[in-house]
Amino acid sequence: MTQVAGKLEGKVAFITGAARGQGRSHAIRLAQEGANIIAVDLCRQIDSVAYPMATPDDLAETVKEVEALDRRIVAREADVRDEAGLKAAFEAGVAELGPVDIVLANAGIAPMALGEEPHQAWQDVIDVNLTGVFNTVETAIPSMIERGQGGAIVLTSSTAGINGIGGATRGGLGYTASKHGVVGLMRSYANTLAPHSIRVNSVHPTGVRTPMVVNEVMQQFLESDPAMGQAMANALPVDMVEPVDISNAILWLVSDDGRYVTGITVPVDAGFTNKK
Amino acid sequence: MAGRVAGKVAFITGAARGQGRSHAVRLAQEGADIIAVDVCEDMPGMPYAGATQEDLAETVKEVEALDRRIVAAKADVRDYGALKAALDDGIAQLGRLDIVSANAGIGSSPHAAQDLAEQTWQDMLDINLTGVWHTAKAATAHLIEGGRGGSIVLTSSAAGLQAYANIAHYVSAKHGVVGLMRTLALELAPHSIRVNSIHPTQVDTPMIQNEATYRLFRPDLDHPTRADFEPASQAMNVLPIPWVDPVDISNAVLFLASDEARYITGVALPVDAGAVIK
Repeated sequence: MTQVAGKLEGKVAFITGAARGQGRSHAIRLAQEGANIIAVDLCRQIDSVAYPMATPDDLAETVKEVEALDRRIVAREADVRDEAGLKAAFEAGVAELGPVDIVLANAGIAPMALGEEPHQAWQDVIDVNLTGVFNTVETAIPSMIERGQGGAIVLTSSTAGINGIGGATRGGLGYTASKHGVVGLMRSYANTLAPHSIRVNSVHPTGVRTPMVVNEVMQQFLESDPAMGQAMANALPVDMVEPVDISNAILWLVSDDGRYVTGITVPVDAGFTNKK
Repeated sequence: MAGRVAGKVAFITGAARGQGRSHAVRLAQEGADIIAVDVCEDMPGMPYAGATQEDLAETVKEVEALDRRIVAAKADVRDYGALKAALDDGIAQLGRLDIVSANAGIGSSPHAAQDLAEQTWQDMLDINLTGVWHTAKAATAHLIEGGRGGSIVLTSSAAGLQAYANIAHYVSAKHGVVGLMRTLALELAPHSIRVNSIHPTQVDTPMIQNEATYRLFRPDLDHPTRADFEPASQAMNVLPIPWVDPVDISNAVLFLASDEARYITGVALPVDAGAVIK
C-alpha cells in the first residue's frame, strides 16, 4: 500500500492493549499517519487466561516502534478493569500530548481452555472485554465533549460479536457474550455522542495473526471441536488476517475519510460472517 | 503515479455526475484508469432531469486532468448487451479490470405502496436492481480471467437496510442489492474477488436535490425548497448534518477497492451519519 502522508497529523490517540498484537499495530499505523499515542496495557497475566499475556518488554517495544516514526508516545501499565488506574494513565498522556481525538478500545482476552476450566473465566472475560471497553470510553469522553472538537471511537469486537461462535465453555461463552455486548455499547454511544460529532463504530475481525490466537492452547482448543475449526474458516482463501488489516479499517474509520460514518459494525473477516 | 489503487482499472456506472463522477475522480486521483458509462438520458419514473452527454464529457475532462486514462460510453444498465459491449471495449483499450462500482440508480416520486403504478415499480427494479446485476455479470468473467482478484462495490442505500415510507419500490430494490452482494461475495471469494455494498444516507447530488424529494420529506408544504428540506433531511441522521458529500461515499469506495480492505468481503457498509442506528 502506498502511504498517504499525514491523515492524522496533530491528532492524539488513546489505545488500550497496545503492548503487542493488534494494539501495537494500531499504534504504529496511526503514528505513520501523524498521530501521537497514549498507550496502555496490563502487561501482566490474568490467571484464567491460558496463553502468555503481554509483558512490560512488549509495551517498551511499541514505544520504540512509534518513536522510530518520529511520533510521541506516552505508555503506561494500566488495567482496563480499574477505572481509577485507567484514568490516571489517560490523564498522564493528555498532560504530555494534549487532548485526545481518537479512542481505540482494543484490550481483550480469550480465556478458552481445554480440560479443567477456571470458574473465573466467565467473569474475567466480561470484566476485561466488556466492562473494560465501557471504562475506556467513559474515561475519554468527558474531555472530548468538553473540548467540542468531535472525535472518533472504535471498539474492537469480533466475528463472535455478530455470530454465536466460541463454543460452550465458560470462557468461550463469555467471550461471545462480551463481544456482542460491545455492539450494544457502540450503538448506544453512537446515538448519545452524535450531537457532539463524536463517532463510534466497531470492528469485527476474524482470526488475526497475534499471540492471542497463534498459541498452543488456542490451537488445541480450536482443534478439539470440528465445529470450532469450522468457526474459523473464512470465505476468502486466507487462514487468518494480519493485524495491519484491522489497523487499516480503523484508520479509515477515524480519519476524515470516515467523517460521517457512525454506529456501524465493520467486519474485517475475509467473508466469514457472510459465509456461515 | 503512486496511489492507493495505482495501475488498476475501475468500471463505474452512472459516472456522468453525482456520486459516479466523484468515484471516477477519486479513484483516478489514487492512480486508477476509468471505464465510465452513463445512460445520459432522462429515465422513466425519474422526477428530475437525467444526466447528459455533456455531464459525461465533464467526467472525462476531470479524469484526464489527473493524467489518467478514461474510456467513456453512453450505455443503459438495463441493456445487458450494450453495457457489456461498453465494458469489453474499455477493457480492450485499458488492458485490465480490477474494480467495479455499480453506482447507477434513480430516485422517485413518493407514493404509498398500494398506489404505485406497475410500470413505476418495474422501472425502479429494472434500473436499481437488475442494472446492478447486469453490471456485476458483465464484469465477473473479466475479473476471474484476470486472476488478480478484484473488488466489486454495489451502491445500495440506508434504504437497503431499513424501511422508508412511500418509496416501497426504492426500498425493495436497494434491499435486493444486499442479497445480490451477499451471494456474489460467497460465489466469488474463491477467486479472491471481494464484493461489498455501501449504504449512503442522503448525498448532496441531483438525485435528492429536486422538488420530488423535497415533497417526499416535506409533504406539509406546497413548494418546499432546499432550505425546507434541510432540517427534514437532518432528522434522518444522528450526526448533526443534513447530508453527506459525494466524496464521502467515494472515500468508502476507495477504501473497499484498495488493498487496505483486502480481507473485507460480504459486508454492508453504511456511510450514513448514523441513519440506520437512529
